[in-house]
Amino acid sequence: MAWIGYGVLKGLGVTLKTFLETYPWGRAVLRGLSIPVADGLFTIQYPDTKQQHAERFRYFPFLVYDETPDNLRCVACKICEQECPPQCIHIVGPAKDEQGRPLKAHGRTFPVEFDIDMSICMSCRICVDVCPFDAIEMDNQYELSASDRYEHMVFNQEKLLKPAEYFQQIKPTEAATVDQRLAAKKAKAAPAAPPPQAPKPPEGS
Amino acid sequence: MEPKVSTSPTVETQTLEVNLGPQHPSTHGVFRMLATLDGENIVKLKPVMGYMHRNHEKIGEGLTYIGCFPYTDRLDYFCAMTSNLGLSLAIEKLAGIQVPERGEYIRVIMAELTRLVNHTAVTGFLLNDMGAFGTPLLYAFREREKILDLFELASGSRMMCNYVRPGGVREDLPDGFLEQARALVDNFPRFLDEFERLLTENEIVKQRTQRVGILPRDLAVNASITGPMLRASGVNYDIRKVDGYSIYPRFPFKVPLGTVGDTYDRYYIRILEMRESVKILRQALREISDSSPSISPKGVALVKAPRTFRPPKGEAYGRIEAPKGELGFYLVSDGTPQPYRYHIRAPSFVNLTVLEDLCIGHKVADTIIILGAVDIVLCEVDR
Amino acid sequence: MTSLDQLFVNANAWLLSLLPDWARLWASILVRIGVIAALAPIIMMYLTWLERKLIARMQNRFGPTRVGRYGLLQPLADGLKMLIKEDIVPRGADRLLHLAAPILAVVPAILLFAVFPFGRNMIPADLNVGLLYVFAISSISSYAIFMGGWASRSKFSIIGAMRSVAQIISYEVPGVLSVVAVIMVAGTLSLVGIVEAQGPRWFVFTPWGVVGCLMFFLSGVAEVNRTPFDMPEAESELVGGFHTEYSGMKFALWYMAEFLESFAICALTVTFFLGGWQGPPVPFWLLAVLLAVLVGTARLVAVPVRILGVVAMAGAGLLCGAEPIPSWIWFFAKTYALVFVLVWFRGTLPRLRVDQLMGLAWKFFLPLGLINILAAGLWVWWPFPTGTAASAFLLLASSWLLVRANNPAPLAPRSYVFAD
Repeated sequence: MAWIGYGVLKGLGVTLKTFLETYPWGRAVLRGLSIPVADGLFTIQYPDTKQQHAERFRYFPFLVYDETPDNLRCVACKICEQECPPQCIHIVGPAKDEQGRPLKAHGRTFPVEFDIDMSICMSCRICVDVCPFDAIEMDNQYELSASDRYEHMVFNQEKLLKPAEYFQQIKPTEAATVDQRLAAKKAKAAPAAPPPQAPKPPEGS
Repeated sequence: MEPKVSTSPTVETQTLEVNLGPQHPSTHGVFRMLATLDGENIVKLKPVMGYMHRNHEKIGEGLTYIGCFPYTDRLDYFCAMTSNLGLSLAIEKLAGIQVPERGEYIRVIMAELTRLVNHTAVTGFLLNDMGAFGTPLLYAFREREKILDLFELASGSRMMCNYVRPGGVREDLPDGFLEQARALVDNFPRFLDEFERLLTENEIVKQRTQRVGILPRDLAVNASITGPMLRASGVNYDIRKVDGYSIYPRFPFKVPLGTVGDTYDRYYIRILEMRESVKILRQALREISDSSPSISPKGVALVKAPRTFRPPKGEAYGRIEAPKGELGFYLVSDGTPQPYRYHIRAPSFVNLTVLEDLCIGHKVADTIIILGAVDIVLCEVDR
Repeated sequence: MTSLDQLFVNANAWLLSLLPDWARLWASILVRIGVIAALAPIIMMYLTWLERKLIARMQNRFGPTRVGRYGLLQPLADGLKMLIKEDIVPRGADRLLHLAAPILAVVPAILLFAVFPFGRNMIPADLNVGLLYVFAISSISSYAIFMGGWASRSKFSIIGAMRSVAQIISYEVPGVLSVVAVIMVAGTLSLVGIVEAQGPRWFVFTPWGVVGCLMFFLSGVAEVNRTPFDMPEAESELVGGFHTEYSGMKFALWYMAEFLESFAICALTVTFFLGGWQGPPVPFWLLAVLLAVLVGTARLVAVPVRILGVVAMAGAGLLCGAEPIPSWIWFFAKTYALVFVLVWFRGTLPRLRVDQLMGLAWKFFLPLGLINILAAGLWVWWPFPTGTAASAFLLLASSWLLVRANNPAPLAPRSYVFAD
C-alpha cells in the first residue's frame, strides 16, 4: 500500500516542512533533523513594513527645477506630449506675450500649463527618454490613490514640480549621469559668449 | 437550437448546453466556452473569445515604432521581456540594425528568466485549478517574486518592463544585478526539486492529468500549434534551435519532448524546460562581459528620437520562442515613422483553436484542466 | 477521578444541588442544551480561524492578523459580515425550501454533539444506541443538500447537488462498514462503552483498526465535502455547486454545517479508533509548563497580560501538578490533531474528479471494508500472535490485489526524450 499513497505523502511532507519553517521553533526542529531550511516567512506585512525598491523603480513622472520652482528645465517643446503612447500629457505653452512673442525666464521659454493624467499614464518612461532637456524624470512614489478622478488624479504643473535635489536623493546614479550631461552642455555653451576684449596692440609702435 | 435528443431502447436523454464563463474563476481571463454536455461528457465545445479585444494592432498604426513597446508589455503580461524582444527582432530585420554582444547576452538572460517566470506561474495556476487550494501557486509565486525583483533592478518595473529595444536594451544592467542573478540561478534547482516532490508523483495529480486531452502529432502540426504543447506531442520544433536567432546557437541546451501528448506531459515538459533554462542562464551569466555596449548607436538614436526613424519600405516578420509558443510580429513599413501594418501572431490564440478536439469525450471537470495546460493569457488571445 | 478531570462534572453537580428536587431534571437538561448551544458555534468559529491560519502558514503567508491580536476576532467579523449581507433568492425559486435547506443542514450537525464523549462522565446523552444515532442523524444532511440545490432553480446548483448527494450516500457505506468491526470487538453501540473498551489498547494499534481508522476518516472527509473530495462545491468547476445561489446568513449556515460536521468526523474518529478521552498518564505540570512557555513568548500580546497568563499557568501547575492530564484535554487535543490533518490535506492535495472519487468508494473502500470485518473477526477468534498476523496478512494481500485491480495504466512512470 505504501507505493500507491507515496506521492501524496511526499507532497504532504513538503507542506509540513514549509509550515514548520515559518516558526522559529520549527526551524530549530528542522535543523536538528538536518533538513535545509529557508529563511522563514516570505510575506511582508504591508503597510507596516514596506518593500525596498530598486533605484530604477518608476511610477509617475515629475518635472525638475533647479533652485527655485520658476527655474524649471522644461521649455514646452511638446516632444513628450507627442511621443506619449496613451497621450496623457497636456501642455499649453510656451508662454507668449500680447504680440505672440515667446516670454523667457532664466533664458528659456516655459509652459503655461502642464498636466499629466495619472489614470492614463502607463509608466512606460518614453517621455523621459525623448526629452532633450532632461526636464522630466520618473518618480518612485506609488501610494497616490485618490477618491476623486479629476481633481486629484490629474497632476498640474504645481504638483509635478520637484527640486533637483529630490531627484538626486531618489536616484543617485541616474542623477549623476544627468548632471554630468547638463554640466558638459553648459561648458560647451560658455565659450559661445563673447570673449573678453583683448587689448588691441597699438598700431605701428 | 434544440437540444439533441438521443433515444436508446430504454432511456431517453437530452443534451444540456452550459456556458463556462465569461465570468469564471478559472478561465484565466474573460473567456467563454459554450459546452454541450451529455451527462458529464462533453459532446461539443465552442470557445468564444474577443471579450478582451483592445485594438492593439490599430493603435499601433498610429504610434511610432518605439511607442508600440509599452503595448507589447501588456500583450502577455507574464512575459513582458520576450514580447519586447519579438518586436525588436522584427524592427531590426526591417531596418538592418545590429546588436552588440553584451546587448545580446542581456537579452538572452532576460528571455530565459521570463521563461522561468512564466512556467512557474502556469504550473501553479494549473494546480490551483485542480483544487490544491493555492499552495503550489504560492510556492511558484515566491520564486517569481525573486525574479521580478531582478526585473525591477534592471528596468524599473516588475511586470511591464519595456526594456528590450531594437539594437539592444534600453539601459545597461546596474551594479549588483549579476550577483543577485547568479544567486537566484544557483538556488533555483532546489526550488524545482521541492516543487516536483510536491506534485510530480502525486497520485491525485496523475489521475487527473494523465490520458486527459491527448493531442495527436498530426493534428498539432496541422493546426500550427507551437511551444510546449507541440513538444509534448513529440514534435521537435523549438524556434531557438530552428531559427537560431540572437546568440542561442552558442548555448548547448536540449529540447525535451513528450511521448503521449496529454496534460501531464504538457505540465512535465514545462518543468524540464525550466531546468534547461537554468543551464542556459548559468552559461550566459558566466560569459557576459563588459567588452561591448549594451545597445547599438542606431538603437540609441531610436530611443532618443523615435520620429527620426524611417525604416525602408518593406515588410518583416520577427519571431521568437516565447514561453507560450511562437510569438511573431509582422510589420509592413511605408517609409514613415509609423508602421503601416502591425500584426501580432499570438501563440495563445492559435493554440486555443484545437480546444474542442482536446475536450470532446472528456468530462466537464477536465475542460478546466485542459485549458490550464494550454497556457493562455487572454490579453494575448484577444490583443 | 481527580478534581481537574471531573471539574465540569462537579461544577454541574454543585449547581444542581442548589435547586429544589423537582427542578433538577429540567435544569440538568437545560444545562446540557446550553453547553452544546454555546460550545458548537464557538468551536465552529475558531475552527475557521484555525484553518485560515494553518493554511496560510503552509503557503508562506500570515493569515488573519488585523482583526484582534493574531486575528482572533476574525470569526466575529465574518459573522457580522454574513449577517448584514443582502439575502438574495433567485426568481422562481421555491422560497420555503430555499430557507429550510440550510437550517436542515445545521440542525443534525449540532445534534451530533449530544453524543460525543468529551471526557470521563462528560457525555451529554449516553444513549445505548449512540453509534446508530450518529449515522442516522448525519444522513439527514444529504436531504438538506439536495433540497438546497433543487430550491435554487439553477442548472449549476442542481448538477452540484446531485453530485454531492451521490458522493455522500456512496461514502456512507464504507464509513459504516469500517465501524462494524469496532462494534464487533467492543460489543456495544454506546459510545462510552466503545471508549472504555479501548482501555487495554486503542483500536488503532490493531491491523483492522489501522485500516478501519483510515477508511472511516477518509469516508468522513468525503461526506463533509472537503478536499480532496470537494468536487461538488469546487469553485473552479461549477462556481459553487449547491450553495451557489445562497448569500448572507443562509450561506453562513451551510458553512457552519460543513465545519461542525468536520469537527464531528474528527471527534468520531477519535472516539472509535483513537481511544476517546483516554491517554497515557502524563502529569499535568508538563502541560502547564508548555502553556506557560506559549503564553510567555507570544510576542503580540502585551507584557502584563503575558505575565498574568504565566502566573495563572504556574498556579494551576502547582495546585494540581501531580494529577494526570484531564480526560477532556486529551479528547480535544486528539480531535484538534485530526483537524490539523484535515487542514493539511486541504492545503496540499488537489481534488479528485467525481467519477474517480466514486470509483474509490465503490471499487476500493467497499471491498476493503468487508474484508476488514473478516480480519477483525480473525483477530478476535485467535489469540495474540496468530490472530494479529493472520488479519494483517489478509488486509495487506487484499489491499494489494484491489490496487492492482483498480489502477492499471495511469500510474506507470513516463519517459521523456531529449532532442538536440
